Amino acid sequence: MTTRTEVYTLNMGPQHPGTHGVLRVILELDGETVVSATPELGYLHRGIEKLAESRTYAQIIPYTDRLDYLAAMNTNLGYCQAVEKLAAIEVPERAEYLRVIMAELGRIASHLIFLASIAIDLGGTTGMMYAFRDRERILDLFDAACGARMTFNYIRIGGLMADVDEAFLSGARTFLADFPAIMDEYHGLISGNEIFYYRLKDSSVVGRERALALGLTGPCLRAAGVDVDLRRDEPYGIYDRFSFKVPVGEKGDNWDRYIVRMEEMVESASIVAQALEKLPDGPVMAKVPKILKPPPGEVYHRVENPRGELGFYIVSDGSAKPYRFHVRRPSFQNLMAVDELCRGGKIADVVAALATLDPVMGEVDC
Amino acid sequence: MRPLVEEMIGGPAWLADLAMIAVQIGAIFAVIMASAIVLVYAERKVSAFMQMRIGPNRVGPWGILQTTADMLKLLSKEDIVPRAAERRVWALAPVLLFVPAVAAYAVLPLDAGLVFADLNIGIFYFVAISSQATLPFLMAGWASNNKYALLGGMRTVAQMISYEIPLVFSLLGVVMLTGSMKMSDIVGAQRDFWFILIQPAAFLVYVIAATAETNRTPFDLVEAESEIIAGPFTEYSGMRWSLFFLAEYANLVAVSAIAATVFLGGWQGPWLPGWLWFTAKVVMMIYVFMWFRWTFPRIRVDQLMSFGWKGLLPLALVNVVVTGIGIYIAQQWRG
Repeated sequence: MTTRTEVYTLNMGPQHPGTHGVLRVILELDGETVVSATPELGYLHRGIEKLAESRTYAQIIPYTDRLDYLAAMNTNLGYCQAVEKLAAIEVPERAEYLRVIMAELGRIASHLIFLASIAIDLGGTTGMMYAFRDRERILDLFDAACGARMTFNYIRIGGLMADVDEAFLSGARTFLADFPAIMDEYHGLISGNEIFYYRLKDSSVVGRERALALGLTGPCLRAAGVDVDLRRDEPYGIYDRFSFKVPVGEKGDNWDRYIVRMEEMVESASIVAQALEKLPDGPVMAKVPKILKPPPGEVYHRVENPRGELGFYIVSDGSAKPYRFHVRRPSFQNLMAVDELCRGGKIADVVAALATLDPVMGEVDC
Repeated sequence: MRPLVEEMIGGPAWLADLAMIAVQIGAIFAVIMASAIVLVYAERKVSAFMQMRIGPNRVGPWGILQTTADMLKLLSKEDIVPRAAERRVWALAPVLLFVPAVAAYAVLPLDAGLVFADLNIGIFYFVAISSQATLPFLMAGWASNNKYALLGGMRTVAQMISYEIPLVFSLLGVVMLTGSMKMSDIVGAQRDFWFILIQPAAFLVYVIAATAETNRTPFDLVEAESEIIAGPFTEYSGMRWSLFFLAEYANLVAVSAIAATVFLGGWQGPWLPGWLWFTAKVVMMIYVFMWFRWTFPRIRVDQLMSFGWKGLLPLALVNVVVTGIGIYIAQQWRG
């Protein structure tokens, strides 16, 4: 008698501890091996693009907080710069520096969530607690700056909601001073673990060509060996005034995606340090009319978010509300690689691949 | 205690025997229940300290009544039976799992002469009994009629069988040295030095295989939360679920006790009474297992297999051969 196995369907999510929110992945399995993986989206759809058409430009900022809610500062920044480009608004110098500080702290906080979630997804609960502990310090800084921990509405069109105080600046400096020790701890507890390394190494490989073809951006693309970073290649704001390295991986496996993010955190910390050093005095808000009416026209502005290229496409008809509002969400594009990442791996690799892809469902479903 | 019981009952000898057995089984149950209550609390506190948290601290002083409160909660929970489940097998699985966990305690020597049954084949009995735990997991996984549960059940079978073998071979070295499978003989042979000193490789293999046997991180593939929700336990709730939990802790104590008996000299030690030494060694082993759990990530299923068969088993076999050669040389040398 010959043994024959049959492919079966396993419905992973939307209620599943390993899928980061309400992502649903339909897995075709042969035993433990994945034959195909289909992501099913839309469980968190709120219609933000449509809602934006009936809001004024300033009212849209809180909605951008709810796109990538783990890096809301960066999303705020992307939107506000798009509107500033559209309406040709000059931002004061001090606000520009503070924006960089906030965005890079936001990047670190977001990558810490990545670290925490990959630790728990691979079964290491202690790693998660450590990463959340240190993210908490950044959230406290954000709290000191604007009174919110997750959805900030801090970066405004033309500047910032408010200036920061001395407590924020000294808190940021202490955090940066502690940061090397924090990274050492992670490398000791998480990256240095053999089991962790062999779980990630050589699994879920997406090489250079496929990464470009699938439209991956951000750390996932850089892990595949493509040296692209909008902060350096297409500097927005004042990013051209800082010197930083762009970490690039080799093969695009899970381990590369992990280590690229770890190195990015170090670079972000260095950018924050440079910005704190040069922080000028002055106002933090430009003179912007209460009801902003940009001239008719359209704009596309893209920024390097922790998860990849975040783009805002805004069409103005000269009224106080955008005629059309569209967001290019990096998590959404990156999810297109799920099938390619998971195929041929085990169920455990699906969880690891989703963790290194690091999607935020608020952004995916918009 | 036997004459005392005989006097109290005053009937024929078999009645006193029966009473003794009842007392002993009751004592084993008491040990298991008490250790489970302590261990659930201990695990939560140990994990909390490792993760810079405080852990349970609301119920009673230092939260020591937390487990009691949890038990009450579990008792009062609704008993949910999935409609598609194979009811009889499904209900039997947690009970059956508990049986080998309890039966394994029969041969654990807590102190000199303090053992339920000092069998001639003590170690063999332990291995045979503890490997029975595989079947209930598969039953639970199959009968739940849930794909996650089935995956977990299948993983259990693969994992437990793969790691049972290196476990047995790691104990074989000690049996060769002692020339007996009786627990009291093994402990007696460690009067001068503990076997961990001359069997370090066997101890290493034993600890790793025992971690896999008890389904604890890094070998907790059976219940891997982030992958298959809770494996075979997915569809269980309330007391049924807590029976699984109880068996897990009973197994943890059992494998720690075997490690203490076989490698760490059992109840032997200076000054203190034997049972205290034994308890101290068991607690230390349990702490090591907890330490593993809260430090390591989880291994992948194919890595689990290749590590068990290509890493642990050859190491255990080499240890058996080296031990054999060592015994031969020692015999020749003595004349």
